[in-house]
Amino acid sequence: MLAKRIIPCLDVKNGRVVKGKNFEGLKDVDDPVKLAAYYSESGADELVFYDITASAEGRKLFSDVLKDVASNVFIPLTVGGGINSLDDFDRVLKCGADKVSVNSGAIAQPGLIAAAAKKYGDQCVVLSMDVKRISGKFKVFSHGGRIETPLEMQQWARFACDSGAGEIVVNSIDTDGVRGGFDIEMLKAVCSEVSIPVVASGGAGGIDDFIEMFRRVNVDAGLGASIFHYGETDIRKLKIALKEAGVEVRL
Amino acid sequence: MIAIIDYGVGNLFSLTCSLKKIGAECAVISDKSALRSASGLILPGVGAFGNAAEKLEESGLDKVIKELVYHGKPLLGICLGMQLLFEKSFEYGEHVGLGLIRGEIKPLDMYVKDLKIPHMGWNSLDIKNAGCPLFKYVSNGDYMYFVHSYCGVCNDKMQLTATASYGIEVTAAVADGNVFGTQFHPEKSGDAGLNILRAFAEIAG
Repeated sequence: MLAKRIIPCLDVKNGRVVKGKNFEGLKDVDDPVKLAAYYSESGADELVFYDITASAEGRKLFSDVLKDVASNVFIPLTVGGGINSLDDFDRVLKCGADKVSVNSGAIAQPGLIAAAAKKYGDQCVVLSMDVKRISGKFKVFSHGGRIETPLEMQQWARFACDSGAGEIVVNSIDTDGVRGGFDIEMLKAVCSEVSIPVVASGGAGGIDDFIEMFRRVNVDAGLGASIFHYGETDIRKLKIALKEAGVEVRL
Repeated sequence: MIAIIDYGVGNLFSLTCSLKKIGAECAVISDKSALRSASGLILPGVGAFGNAAEKLEESGLDKVIKELVYHGKPLLGICLGMQLLFEKSFEYGEHVGLGLIRGEIKPLDMYVKDLKIPHMGWNSLDIKNAGCPLFKYVSNGDYMYFVHSYCGVCNDKMQLTATASYGIEVTAAVADGNVFGTQFHPEKSGDAGLNILRAFAEIAG
């Protein structure tokens, strides 16, 4: 059976993880390599690294971090943040990334999805989208969720799928940070539109939210940031609870 | 020394790192004569079958691989590398493979209905031949990481050593004598995957 995936997401700035504290047995939680190894040992199925630096120097540090992680952690790595061209794909893939996540870069230049899928394969291209309800419609936002675009979520997801994206990450701005559960309605709308794997993001407050989501909508993975970083939800405990609830997971 | 065959297809960084991690000596090699001195060969690969098969043929590596395998050198094909071991592929046209495993590569959506394609993620293994030396350190039900849209269809069931249940019994691993292949990525499958590589390193000696 194919297991549902649990994916922690790490924001990296100037070579350090931005969020994170309170890990038992892990002293330096700012160290991306140590944190990645910790998550991998806890049962994370994949890791996402977001580069939130803008400077060239920050980029260089990010590349070094990525290489270091890929040399020590042997689960799939997805990289996002500042991916605007094929050169950016090239840069992170050479450092050990398996998948590359595009967001604003693809909105600015939609042809990037097809170009990257052709060059590196469908499995490599992930479309990440930040979505918010505006007058009853699911609208796509760019620049970290700050700027509303004319795009509607379902059409954008369909376009990405047809262009060769291998996976879609849906981040609900409406539920993000609220910790009241994933945006089931939004996720259902995407899943009925595309035939590729969908990753849910935004809103996880605890174990029950993951159980409810996997029961109610056919997403492939749940992504979380602060819920894991602050040590409140342990990945292994989460996966054990999912298994007990009848959700197929890798333990 | 295990040679990771470099024929211009795919990213060899993770594979190199994972072999180093288990303490296996390895090198990325494109030179035909250097392959001869390796104790074992790994054929990696991502992307399309046709392009990869063409590159193997252009470089003459296909003949060298077959010759070395004939003389007993262990070979492990990973993902597209496993598919290249088969006789033929129907990915965008019709292409000839190395013919070391009997069967063909066909689109998954010919067989798998109502499930997402690519088959992406961690799938449990159903081991069909527990005696296969590649499985020395793994157990039935261990999860491995898969990413593929085409699958191997074995004509000789004796060569099918493991499957993964995804609508159908998807070919997960094949073997024949000193030839091995995995559809999944051992270098991305955590400890279970490293155990596959560890076993191959032992086979290579």
